[in-house]
Parts: sequence; structure tokens; C-alpha cells
Amino acid sequence: MKLNAALIGSGNIGTDLMMKAFRSEWINPLWMVGIDPDSDGLSKAREHGMKTTHEGVDELLAYVEEDEIKIAFDATSAYVHAENSRKLQEKGVMVIDLTPAAIGPFCVPPVNLSEHVGKREMNVNMVTCGGQATIPMVAAVSRVQAVDYGEIVATVSSRSAGPGTRKNIDEFTRTTAGAVAVVGGAKKGKAIIILNPAEPPIIMRDTVHCLTADEPDQKAITRSVHEMITEVQKYVPGYTLKNGPVFDGKRVSIYLEVEGLGDYLPKYAGNLDIMTAAALRTADMFAEEIINGVITLEAVNA
Amino acid sequence: MPEEIDVDISGKKITLHDMCLRDGMHAKRHQITVEQMIKVATALDDAGVPLIEITHGDGLGGASINYGFPCNSDEEYLGAVIPLMKKAKISALLLPGIATVEHLNMAHDIGVHTIRIATHCTEADVSEQHINSARKLDMDTVGFLMMAHMTEPEALLEQAKLMESYGANCIYCTDSAGFMLPDDVTARIRVFRDELKPETEIGFHGHHNMAMGVANSLAAIEAGANRIDGSAAGLGAGAGNTPLEVFNSVLDRMGAETGVDVFKLMDVAEDIIVPMMDQPIRVDRDSLVMGYAGVYSSFLLHAKRAGEKHGVPSEKILVELGNMKTVGGQEDMIEDVALNMRKEMDEKSESVV
Repeated sequence: MKLNAALIGSGNIGTDLMMKAFRSEWINPLWMVGIDPDSDGLSKAREHGMKTTHEGVDELLAYVEEDEIKIAFDATSAYVHAENSRKLQEKGVMVIDLTPAAIGPFCVPPVNLSEHVGKREMNVNMVTCGGQATIPMVAAVSRVQAVDYGEIVATVSSRSAGPGTRKNIDEFTRTTAGAVAVVGGAKKGKAIIILNPAEPPIIMRDTVHCLTADEPDQKAITRSVHEMITEVQKYVPGYTLKNGPVFDGKRVSIYLEVEGLGDYLPKYAGNLDIMTAAALRTADMFAEEIINGVITLEAVNA
Repeated sequence: MPEEIDVDISGKKITLHDMCLRDGMHAKRHQITVEQMIKVATALDDAGVPLIEITHGDGLGGASINYGFPCNSDEEYLGAVIPLMKKAKISALLLPGIATVEHLNMAHDIGVHTIRIATHCTEADVSEQHINSARKLDMDTVGFLMMAHMTEPEALLEQAKLMESYGANCIYCTDSAGFMLPDDVTARIRVFRDELKPETEIGFHGHHNMAMGVANSLAAIEAGANRIDGSAAGLGAGAGNTPLEVFNSVLDRMGAETGVDVFKLMDVAEDIIVPMMDQPIRVDRDSLVMGYAGVYSSFLLHAKRAGEKHGVPSEKILVELGNMKTVGGQEDMIEDVALNMRKEMDEKSESVV
């Protein structure tokens, strides 16, 4: 048995997520919702036999009961997410938010997915691609010893940054910085994003800097970082440690590369993969719980 | 017959914009004190420099491990200097992806007159939020296209038009790597002047890595620019910015009007800025490599530091960063490249043993 799901947003993220969702054991991607009838995402969805609309979320709402849609992924933008989420939750649909809106609690699977178990949350937020790529590393340091400050630099190929990300760049930096602290466990967080237009396109690069409160325990941190890399590789095989951890006084620096599976955009766009793979892993966990009767979804007036 | 170009700039009004308290922060590892800021800014004001930029080298919110932590916050620097200005206006730089609209609002509230929203030369659409907001606040709003040598004039123009459409009243062609030669500048400024709205001002920001700061700035004016960045004594990233006291003197000889006192600005450069320098600001091998290979000037001191720490020649790090087509802000790649080179050197020496 699988739960029926809707994908809202037919851009890069939504389309990549669709390709991955076809392989899920727990999720059946049934609907793709867009606003542009000519979008590549919608046409790919139709090719795969999904139901589609270019009339936005309102059109989908009419089919929620009939098609037994239990989970929706929102890959639109931070600006429209709140309204989408409210409407879907009223119908008892759980929302996995891939925008930086951050209405619901943050979820970075290898760090805090287990904390979400059994909580009946109707909206969880996947932070940002940069957050998914780096917060596991901040957490890998902060689980060893206190981190006063965590800073991440995410560099993505210009080709992999769609108009939503570009218009929302402040939301990216704000939301990521917030989650570096809240989920990563740093006292204070900062995030920087850079777009690089080089051809051939660069693979996503991420750098994580932490300032530990006391002298860093180099051995324990190095071990913890390697263990966390293995955890992330379970759902993003192309997640690699390029250099580090480098120690310089209380600074700990970790240099990462994230190569994607190339489901929709080519492999350089690891930023899409880590976001969609994390969202799907989260949805799978909730779907499994729902199917096994651990949690039941209820309509909420958000 | 080649097209006749009117190169007579006598009587032309040029706005000089001093960078030593922002770009100069790179050369000072962001360690300029509030007292030094006050001293420099009041002296520049007294010399008649109309516009002075103050922030962390990487703009508002640049304080970070990646770029360096400054002595004081942007807010402290700006708050200390702005009330003391008699005529000069203060500008601030903002890079979307590093700073947000909240930083912009802070700058506006504290009295910043000119905000410069900077993006890589092909990524202007990340500036929409910030340029829109600045326009609404009725600030002098500048779109600042960095590393402009990395794209062709026509493509650069498309990006300039985006920024203009968001509300920028001035567009800069920014030679962040000090790579451009005068013809490169002429070609870019000329399409700006021909195709942007007549009321849109055009600016040029140079670096002196190929010693072209003055020549390039002059080419920019001849092609239609009216705002020129420079820095007293050149204090700035790489081999520094266009030395402003030199450029002002050149313009004076050519009859252009800057309103800046030639001798007073020389005094600021010689008596205040030069003694502040931690190292001579000159075209050394590393900065020449940056100009030659087209590398972001702010990488200079980071590369020297990483080179020293990991025992790798800094000029080789810089060349590799150029090969990788890194853009402004990718300072994190400097240590990464140094570590890769270290590994390679260690592997080679092992195989010899």
C-alpha cells in the first residue's frame, strides 16, 4: 500500500521530486500542480500518467477527497506557501514544505527526523538546499562539543537556481541561518549563497565553518563528521567530503561536494537532489507511520 | 574611416566615489577602527569627495569566518561617521546572498544615502528584492555588476537592463579582477550609454592589478560614465583600486569637474592612508596574477594566508581559482584549493621516496 501524494510546483525541484517519488515504497505521486500549462514539469508528469492542472492549488483541492490525497509537497515559493498550506491542511492533507517559508518545524533527516515521529505535525519544512547539505555537518560537530557559531557557504551552478530561488534569495539566507542554529545546534548561525555561472556547470559545493566554545576535540569531531557523511550518503550517494575537517584554533572547517543522481537536471545540480531526497525520505517516514496506524491525519484550521 | 569619438571631457561633471573604507577593508583584513574611519572620512569630506563607501569589504553583513570578522559592526562604523559629514554622502555595499533587506533597512535608518546592490555580472536577477526595496525607500540605488570581464558587452547590457527595470538609477561596470584593458571598458560602457535610459547614470569601478585603474576609468568617462570609484592611495583589494588622488589630478588637468581639491586629496592619501597600510598596496606578483588570470581581487590576502598555512605558493592557488572560474564570494574555495595542492605535493614527494 502507498499513500497518494500531490506535488505542487512544476519547476526544477517539483520535477526532480516527481522522478524520485516514482521509486518510493510508501508514496504514490498522483497529482502535479503548476501554474504554467507549458512547463516542462507538467508535461513530464502527464507523460508519466499523473493527473495535472495548471490552475494552481485551488483546482487540486476539489480532488483531495476523491483521490484520497494524504500528503502534498509544496515546491512553489515562500510567498505562496502559507496560503497553499492553509488550504491543504483544512482538507487534512499533510504538507512537506520545500520552500524557505519555514512555517512548520525544520526537518533535516539525518539530524532530527526521529524527533518528528509520532508528533502528528501537519506541516514540516525542509529548510533549503544549502541547509540540507550543511546542517548535518554542523550537527556532527555540535554533538561532540558546544558550537558557538556555525556558518555555511553554499555555491550552486547558476543553471540549477530557478526563478523562485532567485526572487527568494533573502528567504534562503534567513531560513538557512535559522536552521543552522535550531537544527544544527550552533548558538548562532549564518548562511551565504553564491551562484556560479561557469560552463561546464560546477557541482554544488558547500563549506561549513564552526567555532567551538572550547578547543576542538579533533579526533572525536573527525570521527563524527565521517559517520554523518555516511548517514547522508544513504539518500544522497554523491555527498562527499572533499577536504577537512580542518582545524585552526577553534575553527573547524569542512569542505563538501554534492553530486546529484541526475534525475531531472544533470548531476551537477546536487542542490536539487539533496532537497528532494530529504523531502521524500521525510514523507516516506510519515507515510509509513500513517499506513501502520501510528498517526492519523486530521483537518486543521491553520 | 574609424568612427570619430569625442574624447574632450573638459567641463564634464564627474562624481568621484571613494572606496578606501570599504574596498580598503580587504587590504586591512577588515581591521580598520572606528577612529580611523572617522579620521579618513572627515578628511575626504573636507577635500570635497562627494561620496564615501563604508562597510565590511564584502558589504553589509560580510562579517563572517569566510570573509573575516571586522573590528566593529557595519552599524557602528556607519553610525559613527554619518553624523560627522558636512557635505559628503555615505554609501554602503550589499551583496544579495550575503546580506538581506534587513541590512538594507538598517543602512537606510542610520542615514546611508547610496546603496549599491552587487551581483555577479550574469546574476542580476537575485537583486530584485533589494533594488525594489531601496527604490521604495527613495535611496540613490546603484546596480553593481561585478567581474564584468567575464561576460560580453551585450550580455552585460541585458543584466544592466534588469537592474534598471527593478529601479536602479545608476549601473556600474565593475572590474573586480582588474582584468580589463581600456578597450574592454569602452565596449561595455558604450553599450550601457547607448541602450540604458538617458537618465540612468553609469559608473565604473576599477582595480589596479594590471596598473590600468586610471586608464580604464578615463576610458569609461570617454564612453559615457559619470561616476568613478577609486580609493585614496589606492587602498583596496588586490593591487588596490584606482588611486583617487591620481585620477582626480588627471581629471583636473583635462578640465573635468570633480569638485575635489587636488592637493587636499593628495594629503589624505599621503598623510593618512599610506601610514595605515599593513603592506604596500602595489602590483606584486600575486595581484598581477589576479589581473592577468581574472581572479576576484579580494582573494589576495586569503590566498597568501592559505598558502602560508599549508605550504603552497599563493600565486599558484590564485591561478587555479582563475581556472575554476570562481566568482566573487567564493573565498571558501581558497583553502580547499590549497589543501588539494598540498595533497598533490605530498603524493609526489612520497612517490619520489
